[in-house]
Amino acid sequence: MLEIKNLHASVEGKEILRGINMTVNPGEVHAIMGPNGAGKSTLSNVLAGRDGYEVTQGEVIYKGENLLELEPEERAQRGVFLAFQYPVEIPGVSNIYLLKAALNAVRKYQGLDEVDAIDFLNLVRDRMKLVKMDEQFLHRNVNEGFSGGEKKRNEILQMAVLEPALAILDETDSGLDIDALRVVAEGVSALRAEDRSIVMITHYQRLLDHIVPDFVHVLSEGKIVKSGDKELAKELEKSGYSWVHDAPEGQTA
Amino acid sequence: MTDQSQQLESITQREYKAGFVTDIEAESLPPGLSEDVIREISRIKGEPEFMLEWRLKAYRHWLTMDTPEWAHVHYPEIDYQQISYYSAPKKKDDGPKSLDEVDPELLRTYEKLGVPLDERARLAGVAVDAVFDSVSVASTFQDKLAEEGIIFMPISQAVKEHPELVEKYLGSVVPYKDNYYAALNSAVFSDGSFVYIPKGVRCPMELSTYFRINAANTGQFERTLIIADDDAYVSYLEGCTAPMRDENQLHAAVVELVALDRAEIKYSTVQNWYPGDENGKGGIYNFVTKRAACRGESSKVSWTQVETGSAITWKYPSVVLQGDNSIGEFYSVAVTNNMQQADTGTKMIHLGKNTSSTIISKGISAGRSQNAYRGLVRVGPNAENARNYTECDSLLMGDKCGAHTFPYIEVKNPTAKVEHEASTSKISEDQLFYCKQRGLDAEDAVSMIVNGFCKQVIRELPMEFAVEAQNLLGLSLEGSVG
Ligand SMILES: Nc1ncnc2c1ncn2[C@@H]1O[C@H](COP(=O)(O)OP(=O)(O)OP(=O)(O)O)[C@@H](O)[C@H]1O
Ligand SMILES: [Mg+2]
Repeated sequence: MLEIKNLHASVEGKEILRGINMTVNPGEVHAIMGPNGAGKSTLSNVLAGRDGYEVTQGEVIYKGENLLELEPEERAQRGVFLAFQYPVEIPGVSNIYLLKAALNAVRKYQGLDEVDAIDFLNLVRDRMKLVKMDEQFLHRNVNEGFSGGEKKRNEILQMAVLEPALAILDETDSGLDIDALRVVAEGVSALRAEDRSIVMITHYQRLLDHIVPDFVHVLSEGKIVKSGDKELAKELEKSGYSWVHDAPEGQTA
Repeated sequence: MTDQSQQLESITQREYKAGFVTDIEAESLPPGLSEDVIREISRIKGEPEFMLEWRLKAYRHWLTMDTPEWAHVHYPEIDYQQISYYSAPKKKDDGPKSLDEVDPELLRTYEKLGVPLDERARLAGVAVDAVFDSVSVASTFQDKLAEEGIIFMPISQAVKEHPELVEKYLGSVVPYKDNYYAALNSAVFSDGSFVYIPKGVRCPMELSTYFRINAANTGQFERTLIIADDDAYVSYLEGCTAPMRDENQLHAAVVELVALDRAEIKYSTVQNWYPGDENGKGGIYNFVTKRAACRGESSKVSWTQVETGSAITWKYPSVVLQGDNSIGEFYSVAVTNNMQQADTGTKMIHLGKNTSSTIISKGISAGRSQNAYRGLVRVGPNAENARNYTECDSLLMGDKCGAHTFPYIEVKNPTAKVEHEASTSKISEDQLFYCKQRGLDAEDAVSMIVNGFCKQVIRELPMEFAVEAQNLLGLSLEGSVG
């Protein structure tokens, strides 16, 4: 699904990613943890194709294609989805309008017709149940006036509607209360599938209690310094990140 | 400059889809303006004497006036002797009686513009008056409307068939002395629409006029007059396009609306005159005086405009709130791209008691364009409890364009409540990236964000035209974002 090889990237001349290696196979869930400023969001932005990041070395292969050569929308149409750490507000544009435009963009790439209005509504209603969102949110402007937790749920709703092949969730658990965390985690778990890979960036073990990852990686100062299974996350929770710093670079999954 | 804005800049140069020329034989007056030319226009149109007298008075007054220079627009001096004041497609007799008599080339022109004149092909709820250069070439549903007592016809026809109404109301809202362009228009006006809705009648369909400038070196001097008698209602829409030409062309229009007791007029404009090329060559000078009189008590007038075209736009659709409890509204989207200049806004003149007005203005500037909102809210000494709410938002795309706001407020009655809010923002890279990450390409993303910005205005448009306006916004702004 996704193969990241020796990825180096910088922002404004400052190197942030310093040789990331990572392989994600279909159906796998990977968790990426690491201290603030380690480069986690930078990695997800580079994968999604955001402007302002310069890849200086390395490559990323997604479904056999050179991902870094594609425009952000082309990546999205091919099934790369990023749940934003800070979802963006778009005044005057209703949530349902964006959802529909997004779904149709993906369908167009797949050679399908635009979604039928009734089918679409049924699909969205169904997926809203997954994240226990009220229907009024469909008609509100995208993320405008949403609470932090509502914004995060909205990201997962979009994921549920778009059914991506590769979902990168950047701190989707941050800012959620305990109940919301459970709802969102259950929603994401329900979206686990054979042909879908999920990369979750998180600071907290508690998310991983709900969505048990196949692999856990520690990203620090732009490198993956340790990889392991779910037990690694538990140790991190206990001992913090300092102990991994001196450890030898972990095997990549 | 980031990759994103470069990429967006590269798609700035939209194609102006209405830019074709219709090859049709025309009868035009040679360029030049004089009393003789005015007499000739009046003669061609077969006007009654009072009309010619009025034109001549306007012309003599115009000669004493100077070009206004206060607007935030710049252009070389216009040589009024280089303009032809009358151009009409050649035809057998005095104006189209039925569609069968209309030149098929003209019908094709309107069809190409998305305005089929064949009544069967039309959206059932819309009657159209099609003005081509200086004359109306077709006007649909006249008979059906006449059954309700509604008069909807070219103003040149109304001058002859309903002189008493024309004489009573023409110039009663915008006197010929009002301003330079209004005086010029009064002297040489060619065609436009005339609407009269009798007492108590709700007009059952949207009325619309489609203005097309075709001939080169011609000015179009549209004159429109709409009267809604007591308890009447009408919704009217105008659309405008012109071919792409290297020379600038003048469109100096006057539109007058009169709303009597409890009457309501909704006037919508989708203005897409040729804006000139990306270097500012060519395009229409759109110098327009639009004013409504809420003459009756509890009357209401709403202006909604989506202005995307023209090299220069100079227009301030206004409402004079004379009747007690009358309401004036102004909803505007003005888009400027490349080298376009717009100076637009409104005047709300509160004279009656308990009058209220709302102004929502959305300015979008891209390229190297200049976009100014200019608005006046005046509350007279007798206007007890007047209310105004103004919201004025500007969206900048790129850093070479300008947005300006000139709000003027004059309050002579202490009971007035006047609120003004203004904001300026940029389309953020974050918003664009967010949309792209959901699969939308740059054009669709910009179009969606801009339409969101303009939503308050677009939703005021009649359904059928809202869609057209949305598409137009997207097209005009396939543009630079930074
Ligand atoms: N546009 C930018 N300009 C300058 N520095 C940047 C920019 N974007 C990221 N950085 C820097 O890159 C480093 C990595 O940031 P990043 O957001 O990837 O961290 P993170 O691991 O996601 O942290 P957190 O856990 O706080 O979300 C930080 O030091 C940050 O300040
Ligand atoms: Mg982050």
